[in-house]
Amino acid sequence: MASIGKIARRTFLVGAAAVAGGVAVGAWYVSRPAPNPLRPEGDETALNPFVIIDGEGVTLVAPRAEMGQGTQTTWAALLAEEMDLAWEDVRVIHGPPAKAYYNSAMMAESLPGPAGYARSALQHKLGEMAGVIGKVMEMQVTGGSTAMKDGYERMRATGAAAREMLKAAAAARLDLDAGVLTTEAGAVVAPDGTRLPYTELAAEAAGFEPRDVLLREPSEWKLLGRALPRLDMVAKCTGTETYSIDTRPEGLRYAAVRMSPRRGAMRGFDAEEAEGMPGVEKIVDLGDGVAVIATNTWLAQQAVNAIEVDWGPAAYPETTGAIFDEIEAAFDLDPDSTLRDTGDAETLPEGAQEVTAEYRLPFLAHATMEPLNATAWITAGGLEVWSGNQIPTFVRDACAEAAGVSADSVTLHTTPMGGGFGRRGELDFSVLAVRVARALPNVPVMTTWSREEDMTQDFYRPGAIGRMRGAVQDGTAVLLDASVAGPSTARQALNRWTGFAPGGPDKVHVEGLWNQPYAIPSYRARGYIAPDLQVPVGFWRSVGNSYNGFIFESFLDEMANAAGADPLDFRVQLAEPEWDPAARVLEAVREMSGWPDKPEGTGRGVAMCYSFGTPVACVIEVADEEGEIRIARAWMAADPGVALDPGIIEQQLAGGLVYGLSAAMTGEITFADGAVEQRNFPDYDALRMGQMPRVEVRILERQTHISGIGEPGTPPAAPALANAIFDLTGERHRELPLSRAVRFAT
Amino acid sequence: MPTSITVNGTAHEVDLPSEVPLLWVLRDALNLTGTKYGCGVAACGACTVQIDGEAVRSCQVPLGDVWGDVTTIEGLGTPESLAAIQQAWVDHQVAQCGYCQSGQIMQAAALLAETPQPSDDDIDAAMSGNLCRCGTYPRIRAAIKAAAGMES
Repeated sequence: MASIGKIARRTFLVGAAAVAGGVAVGAWYVSRPAPNPLRPEGDETALNPFVIIDGEGVTLVAPRAEMGQGTQTTWAALLAEEMDLAWEDVRVIHGPPAKAYYNSAMMAESLPGPAGYARSALQHKLGEMAGVIGKVMEMQVTGGSTAMKDGYERMRATGAAAREMLKAAAAARLDLDAGVLTTEAGAVVAPDGTRLPYTELAAEAAGFEPRDVLLREPSEWKLLGRALPRLDMVAKCTGTETYSIDTRPEGLRYAAVRMSPRRGAMRGFDAEEAEGMPGVEKIVDLGDGVAVIATNTWLAQQAVNAIEVDWGPAAYPETTGAIFDEIEAAFDLDPDSTLRDTGDAETLPEGAQEVTAEYRLPFLAHATMEPLNATAWITAGGLEVWSGNQIPTFVRDACAEAAGVSADSVTLHTTPMGGGFGRRGELDFSVLAVRVARALPNVPVMTTWSREEDMTQDFYRPGAIGRMRGAVQDGTAVLLDASVAGPSTARQALNRWTGFAPGGPDKVHVEGLWNQPYAIPSYRARGYIAPDLQVPVGFWRSVGNSYNGFIFESFLDEMANAAGADPLDFRVQLAEPEWDPAARVLEAVREMSGWPDKPEGTGRGVAMCYSFGTPVACVIEVADEEGEIRIARAWMAADPGVALDPGIIEQQLAGGLVYGLSAAMTGEITFADGAVEQRNFPDYDALRMGQMPRVEVRILERQTHISGIGEPGTPPAAPALANAIFDLTGERHRELPLSRAVRFAT
Repeated sequence: MPTSITVNGTAHEVDLPSEVPLLWVLRDALNLTGTKYGCGVAACGACTVQIDGEAVRSCQVPLGDVWGDVTTIEGLGTPESLAAIQQAWVDHQVAQCGYCQSGQIMQAAALLAETPQPSDDDIDAAMSGNLCRCGTYPRIRAAIKAAAGMES
């Protein structure tokens, strides 16, 4: 078995062969290289699917979707680091949907076994092995905060392999040993100073197999480990970034849609008035909804809103109250999962004090800034689609099916996204654009959802109820019995992606509840699923952690309070014996915030959540402003193992916090008559400039493995805020959003 | 009958009904896609442009009511020749998803034209109508101050 640090090009292509050696038969099947999807033409020579070199320069392929999280910048930096490219010369594209771009970290998340932080090095390697399943299933996915975990070794190995091939080509040309050559700023340099740019060597390099290479030590890094200028920054500050909504092929027509507000059938419609409205070119009967194709998006919106539609009933209870009754009833069923059951959670230890509490969290919308949209163009030659999406291989196949063409004839452009947060991991908006475009063959048609459609046709973060029972003794926690009920996001989403959902416990539903790094002698976590609840739910930034983080960390605060302990000390004491990195992030926010000192008239709350492999601690300070609550400051510390780009990591942590705070303050989706009641930002607002706290972030690199960063900033937001309000007012809020009970300053 | 408007110094004849909002004239008729659709009800600020230097929500201004010269993000500066405020945005690496930033920049540029040395309260008042779901607010504030020559 090769050492972990010694990674050759072929081991990258074969997924995990160097670490697999004899571990599983499946490895042989999946270790065959995937076909190169880039089909280079002209003078382009594809060294491998992640690097293209042509006469003009080097193009890096970052097949992870850019929705603002900076993933393409850091992905490109991983390649450029080992290739010795000058940062200002780096060009990056998303590339086509392809098997070769499978996400090796995605499936690893579903591995059985202990919580991620407790996995041994061997289990991490097994996780990479499980990643090859993603390859078999052609799972090209951006999600689950996996991009850097997935790309960290593979992309550096790819960059190094490309570099060595270029050096071999230069060595042959110069009749020198490759060992005497160096590389710098996109060129191979000979001992006599001769510079051979990569662009001149590309064609010859393709004929060489790379030799085994050692990846550079972090101490040698020139690009990684520092805040790089983002590759998309200038375009985004000049209005020249092309989101999918900015697609403008010649002859484009614009469509607006209305689907059932109750997510059910359409019984009939009357479009007589709409037909005569200005700009209207076609009314489209979609069977389950209506669309209008026009010469202008706004004219299409006016016409589609003028159509009278008779919608059928919803397949779920009609009101929020009835929906939550069904969630609550799930507690009476057998648990779907008991992923942790240490000690004896049934028996209250002698002399211990029992604490119980129930928490409720609402459904939430994603509300990305760019409303959902996609463009489809059906011709005799096939189908062209422009869609900002997180799952291109699935989108390609689903669009092909909707158009009645083969997947081979689909050209899918995955564009930058005006926010994703999980919503763009769905197929519906791309498929809908294809269905609309079928009504107008040979014409490109963009289907844009109004904000109202976007908000009422979402796949929501599910509502959830947490029931917690614990016990404290001698100032610490001795028992924690956690349970949560809600619909199964994972089963619904997997059904939408693949048409089936594997059996077994829904791990996503209880993430953040069962796997928290606290040494509590008796610790049980059970998940309850409302099996028949058909409210459309989906992945929302941090998924199960988004509700379990609030449930768990609010309750831990209640236990600390019952124990008469300082809430930060209480957590550190429980975290230290279990997993040191969790204790360290807590100690970091203690130091940063000066805990327990605080200004007069303020309250402070702390929370620590472990999600996507990363522990994040947060202290929030709230102030009383004449009866209103102002979120004044926040301190965050996180340990992602390796900080590839501290600037982007800081943005993701603070941005994740803001996303979580927005939801905790005012976010709530409710149902009446089977339809979502919130329709636009006035009903579903988010944190604004004047409400933004001062945020300080510290990044630690204490844990062994690189871990996710796009989502872990979100889970601690709500509990840290609620705990701070408790500290200020003495009132414990167990339901979100908090605006039901407190007024926030604007 | 076509309507005449001037955008970024160029005169256009637009053949659309006079009630079509300026936003959709810019995006769908003139292909000036830097101005973004976010909500259609003046609640998010993504569509902010300037008319005679004043920041307006272009989703609320019908074509027939456009009262002066329109400036969009494309008219402020280009990737090759950034306006000072855009340079400040790049220097502070403000954008994440970037979708709201055209509107943020147009709003901030109007603020600075009116109030060259804005206080934090001025910034809050001027910018709170511009929503950002990524949470870039602290860097927006810093970039505004930098563009005003008041590095914090």
